Amino acid sequence: MIQGLIGTKIGMTEIFLEDGTALPATVVNAGPCFVVDKRSKEKNGYDAIQLGYVDLKPQRVTKPLLGHFKRAGVPPLRTLYEFEGEIDKYKPGDVVEADVFKDGDIIDVTGTSKGKGFAGVMKRHGFSGQPDSHGGMSHRRPGSIGQAAYPARVWKGMKMPGHMGSKRVTVQGLEVAKVETEKNMIIIKGSVPGPNGGVLILKHTTKGI
Amino acid sequence: MNVINELEKTFLREDLSKFRPGDTIAVHYKIKEGDRERIQVFEGVVIAMKGGGSRETFMVRKVSYGVGVERIFPLHSPLIEKVVNKKKGRVRRAKLYYLRGRSKKASRIREISRFEKPIKTKDQSEE
Repeated sequence: MIQGLIGTKIGMTEIFLEDGTALPATVVNAGPCFVVDKRSKEKNGYDAIQLGYVDLKPQRVTKPLLGHFKRAGVPPLRTLYEFEGEIDKYKPGDVVEADVFKDGDIIDVTGTSKGKGFAGVMKRHGFSGQPDSHGGMSHRRPGSIGQAAYPARVWKGMKMPGHMGSKRVTVQGLEVAKVETEKNMIIIKGSVPGPNGGVLILKHTTKGI
Repeated sequence: MNVINELEKTFLREDLSKFRPGDTIAVHYKIKEGDRERIQVFEGVVIAMKGGGSRETFMVRKVSYGVGVERIFPLHSPLIEKVVNKKKGRVRRAKLYYLRGRSKKASRIREISRFEKPIKTKDQSEE
């Protein structure tokens, strides 16, 4: 079976299990994806298939890329991603659907996290901050960032304020609650990175293998 | 959002009787003890309903041995066996948090009499 799929986050809600437990869950539009290309050990040094997701207007694609899609016999697609694994079963032009996953599967989900802008150390690194009262005048500041004569500079990698979010994040070990192939929908327990509508890469987990 | 609305529709409990804030109801709630299951009845006044879709909840308040007890139930939880309507209350707000500061006589809620025009609820107007 192929290792994963490309999808988009639709949003979060709450689902009830049969025993009455209410769980937070994320609804994800998963696939259908087209097989666009194959990588093989002989030619590329590794086995993988390239999947594409979401139709795109032909005029939005560069000519070289258009040729790439034409060769596979698929419409122009927005997102391309390579998945390693068994490739014999698939050929370019095939459609891969949400039934790659089944109920109860453990998956890893990769997405681009929501941007937080320029964030301070409390939000960005979880610092405790300083007292709000008792005469202190710095409340959300980092405090000391180093020593004196030695090293006489700030250590590399010091946790400081700066841009937060909008970066690639993977959440491992999420459980698939339900797969609805005819709706191209899978429901994942818990949350996944990024805003609603964000592109996600869903893979069978690499944890514990 | 439509996908989520449709998903939530599959969880809705249309079988439960309708009620509004101010009503006195008895909630029959399934409690699991080990592998045994029993029904617990929680009777009181609905003082708030929050949220929408399958995530809607309601808060029931009762006074037990002189102590006010409030409990929040998910409206569409499969653990609710049934809801029995006891009294219909005549109230003028959606959230009855003011009841918390009152006791005995002051915390009474006027009942809707048989002759009074029933208040049109959202659910009824849709049907």
